[in-house]
Amino acid sequence: MPAPLDNDQKLARYAHPERLVTTAWLAEHARDPGIVIAESDEDVLLYETGHIPGAVKIDWHADLNDQLTRDYVDAEGFARLMSSKGIARDTTVVLYGDNFNWWAAYALWVCSLFGHADVRLLDGGRQRWTAEGRPMTTEVPTPTPTEYPVVPRDDTTIRAFKDDVLAHIGTGPLVDVRSPGEYSGELTHMADYPQEGALRAGHIPTAHSVPWRRAANDDGTFRPLDELQAIYLEELGIRPGDDVVAYCRIGERSSHTWFVLTHLLGLPNVRNYDGSWVEWGNAVRVPIERPGYPTPASGAAA
Amino acid sequence: MLPAALEEIVEDFRLSPKQMRLEMLLDYSRGLPPLPDRYADAPEALERVDECQTPFFVGVEIHDDRVHLFFDAPPEAPTTRGYAGILAAGLDGASVSEILETSPDFALSMGLGELVSPLRLRGMSAILARIKRQVVTQTRATADG
Repeated sequence: MPAPLDNDQKLARYAHPERLVTTAWLAEHARDPGIVIAESDEDVLLYETGHIPGAVKIDWHADLNDQLTRDYVDAEGFARLMSSKGIARDTTVVLYGDNFNWWAAYALWVCSLFGHADVRLLDGGRQRWTAEGRPMTTEVPTPTPTEYPVVPRDDTTIRAFKDDVLAHIGTGPLVDVRSPGEYSGELTHMADYPQEGALRAGHIPTAHSVPWRRAANDDGTFRPLDELQAIYLEELGIRPGDDVVAYCRIGERSSHTWFVLTHLLGLPNVRNYDGSWVEWGNAVRVPIERPGYPTPASGAAA
Repeated sequence: MLPAALEEIVEDFRLSPKQMRLEMLLDYSRGLPPLPDRYADAPEALERVDECQTPFFVGVEIHDDRVHLFFDAPPEAPTTRGYAGILAAGLDGASVSEILETSPDFALSMGLGELVSPLRLRGMSAILARIKRQVVTQTRATADG
């Protein structure tokens, strides 16, 4: 049975308020049956240093990704993971994490590939929870395994592959959510981050630069609806029925923007290109746009 | 070739089960010695390691052919602190030549790649590279002087 909704006024204005909870709501409902809180972080050790009482850990690399192929876990792997975390198919999963909920949004997006119905983000994530001085613990829960069904992953609705993106160029909005330096081709990775190996720099032709950070307040929460509308609908000109693709470097920051576009603005056709720049910047003969270089012909694959 | 202390740490990690390795890394993170006052008051004396995903600083001092290491990384970056803790425990007090002969491959044989992702392991070798460079610069300066 799904957990009650958070009736917070800011959340209520979003298209899908049922996808977010506030820290106050979580503090009140953390121990409710039918809810599992899961932390998903950039730093693999952060959960161990302290987490929200009762929260389990879902690691983006070790749990959500296949360890051989560059892909997500398969249906059996996902069912095993959910079961081991005490999550049943009808459980309300509340995700939160460090770094503006990047990896929590990524985990939410992966759960959505498998059609898990009720998965929510904690607005403001770990940053807000700790800033408010709310309780943390190092005690790790031991969940009772569930009978999570083996549900096939749907890679067609909210996920885009390289060939989808090639076909998308010139047909609909493409949002590059990386930093301005990555977009313009001065960098192939985030400032201060490890170089993750892209041979070419620049952006996918026709992509608009809207760094993910513009959707967030300094305290880690999402900006209010009208401010998000001003950025994505007015400034960028996205129309509600548009087919939109978002990308970044490895798909984590674009999960954050995917969440904003899909659940906060309510756009029905948004896909995350998780291959992102680490694939595009290494792929042979895909078109790249970069200031100071000739503009590739629109939609050209070679 | 690895200094004996680092060799022992690598072996401990290599022989431990996966979940234990994470706990061990956390212990090194917690055990990272605080910066001595002379650095805490003069952060510019430390070198920033850009390859780490969080602010991370390293300082090197050499006294009588023994290398001493100083690190600074924030508590919200426990993995990076853990790397620093391993290097502090494994390399502090080693000789100049032992430091320069330390192969950066050691991080790969610790079984950390499957925990933190191979990409994030690069921070460790980047830190070692900075340490070596500072050692080279300082020993050369002494030789020239």
